[in-house]
Amino acid sequence: MKEKLIEKILMLLAFSAIGVLLLMAIFIFKEGMPIIFKAGINNFLFSTHWAPTKGYFGIFSMIVSSLYVTIGALIIGVPLALACAITLAELAPLRLTVILKPTIELLAGIPSVVYGFLGVVLLVPLIRDYLGGPGLSLLAASMILAIMILPTITSISIDAIQAVPYSYKEGSLALGATHLQTIRMVILKAARSGIITAIILGMGRAIGETMAVIMVAGNALKLPSSPLSPVRPLTSNIALEMGYAAGDHRAALFATGIVLFVFIMVFNVLANIITKRWQQE
Amino acid sequence: MATRINPLISQRVVKVQLWGLTGFTIAILFFIVCFVSIKGLPQITLDFLTTNPGDMGRSGGIFSTIMSTLYLIFIALMIAVPLGIGAAIYLTEYTRESRITYIIRFGTECLAGIPSIILGLFGFAFFVMALHLGWSILSGGMTMSIMLLPTIIRTSEESIKAVPYALREVCFSLGVTKWQTVTRVVLPTALPGIVTGVVLSIGRCIGETAVVLFTAGSSLRLPQSFFDSGRTMAVHFYILAREGISMPNAYGTATILIFSILFINLCAYYLMRQFLKKYAIFG
Repeated sequence: MKEKLIEKILMLLAFSAIGVLLLMAIFIFKEGMPIIFKAGINNFLFSTHWAPTKGYFGIFSMIVSSLYVTIGALIIGVPLALACAITLAELAPLRLTVILKPTIELLAGIPSVVYGFLGVVLLVPLIRDYLGGPGLSLLAASMILAIMILPTITSISIDAIQAVPYSYKEGSLALGATHLQTIRMVILKAARSGIITAIILGMGRAIGETMAVIMVAGNALKLPSSPLSPVRPLTSNIALEMGYAAGDHRAALFATGIVLFVFIMVFNVLANIITKRWQQE
Repeated sequence: MATRINPLISQRVVKVQLWGLTGFTIAILFFIVCFVSIKGLPQITLDFLTTNPGDMGRSGGIFSTIMSTLYLIFIALMIAVPLGIGAAIYLTEYTRESRITYIIRFGTECLAGIPSIILGLFGFAFFVMALHLGWSILSGGMTMSIMLLPTIIRTSEESIKAVPYALREVCFSLGVTKWQTVTRVVLPTALPGIVTGVVLSIGRCIGETAVVLFTAGSSLRLPQSFFDSGRTMAVHFYILAREGISMPNAYGTATILIFSILFINLCAYYLMRQFLKKYAIFG
C-alpha cells in the first residue's frame, strides 16, 4: 500500500520538469499571443517598425539581429572549438588532455555578465579604434558569444571524438593513411552526429544569451548593414524594456519571448533527433 | 598540372595550426580570469566582504549581496533538490524505458535549453505578478529552481544508474521492499554523484543574472525575510558595470564571483572523480 503511494508520488515528481515546461509555454503564449493577433502576424514578424508605446510592434530587425549574431558566433567559435577538440582528443598526450579538458569545462562557469563586461572594457575599444564604427556592434556580440560557447562545443566534441571505436582508427592507419587523413576522413565522419549536436547546443546558448549581448551589441533598433553596426537581438529587447513596460508594450515583450521560445524549441528538437541517430550508430 | 602535396608535410602543417588555435583559445580563457583578478584582487579586503554597499554601490562592500545570493541558493535548492532526486529515482528504479520516460527525458532536456531570459519572463509573469509574490527572494528562488531542475535530474540519474545492480539484488533476496532498497542502499551509494549535481547547481545560481533581475529585483538592502527583494552579487556587478557606478567595486565583485564559481566547480569535479574511482573497484 505504502509502496504504491510512494511510486505515485515519485511519478508526479518525475513529471515536474515537463509540467513546468508546459506551464511556462502556456503562460508566455497567453500573455503574448493577443498582441500578435492584434498587430497582425505579418506586421509583427516582418515589420521593422518597433515603437511599442505608439502601437507599432514590428520585431523583424531583432529577429535578423539574433540570427546574425548567432551565425557570427558560430563562424568564429566553431573552428576554434573543433581545433581544440581535435587537438585534445587526438594529438595531445593523455596527461595534458586530462588537465585541459576539465579546465575548459570549469571556464564554462564564468558568468555571462563577466564576459559582457570584458567585452565592453577590452573588445569594444579595439573594434572602435581599428575597424571603425561605434565599437558596440554585431561583431563584438558575435566574438563574445563565440568565446562563451567555446567550452560547451569543445567539451561535447571531445566526448564524441573519443567515443569513436579505436578499431576504426587502427583500420585506417593500417591502410596507410596518415594520422591527419584518418582524423579527417574517418574519425570526424564517425563523430559527426555528436559534433553537430554540440554545435546546435552552442547555437541555442548563443541565441538565448542576454546579459553579455546587452552590454556589447549596442542595442540600436535597425537592420544591421555591416558587422560593425550596433544591433538589438530578441533577448536584449526583452531585457532592456521589461523594467518599465506596461499594457500592450509588455504583452509585445512576451510576444518577443514567444518567437525566441519557438526558435529554442526547434533547436532542441533538432538536437534530440540527431543525438538519437548518434546513439543508434 | 596540380602538384600533389606530400601528405606527411600537409599533416605537419595542419597539426601545427591545430596546436596554435588550441593554444590561442586556452590563452584567451586564461587571460579573462587573470585580467579580472589582477584588477579585482586589490579591492578585496575583509571590509569589502563584511560591510553593506553604500551610496548605490559607490562605497562600502558587498555584504548584503552575498547574503541575498545565499538566501536565493537556499530557496532554489530546497525546491529543486527533492523534485530532481525524486524524478531521478522514478526514472531509474520504478520504470523501464518506455514512451513515458522518453517524454519525461525530452521535456527535461528542453527545459535545460530554455534561455534564462525566458525563465525570467515566466518568473515575472507567474510568481511576481500572478501569484502576487512581488520582487522577492522567494520568487527569484522558485524561478531559479526551474533552471536547476534539469541539471539535478540528469546528474542524479547518472549516479543512481552507476550503482551496481548486484546491490539491489542482494536487498530483494533479503525480502527488503523497493522503497527501503532505494533509501537505505541505492541513495547512500549514489550520494557523492548526486551531491556533485547539487554543487554544480550552486555555481549556476551564483552566476545567473537575467532570471534574478526580473524576479528578485535589485534592492540593495539586506533582505529581512524571503518576501523581501534582494540583489545578488551577479546583479550587483551588472548594475555597477553597466551604469558605470564604480569600476573598482565592479572588478572586486567580479573577482569574488569568478573565484567562488571556479572553487565550487572544482569541488564538484573532485567529488565526481572520487565517485567514479569508487566504482572502478566495483567493476
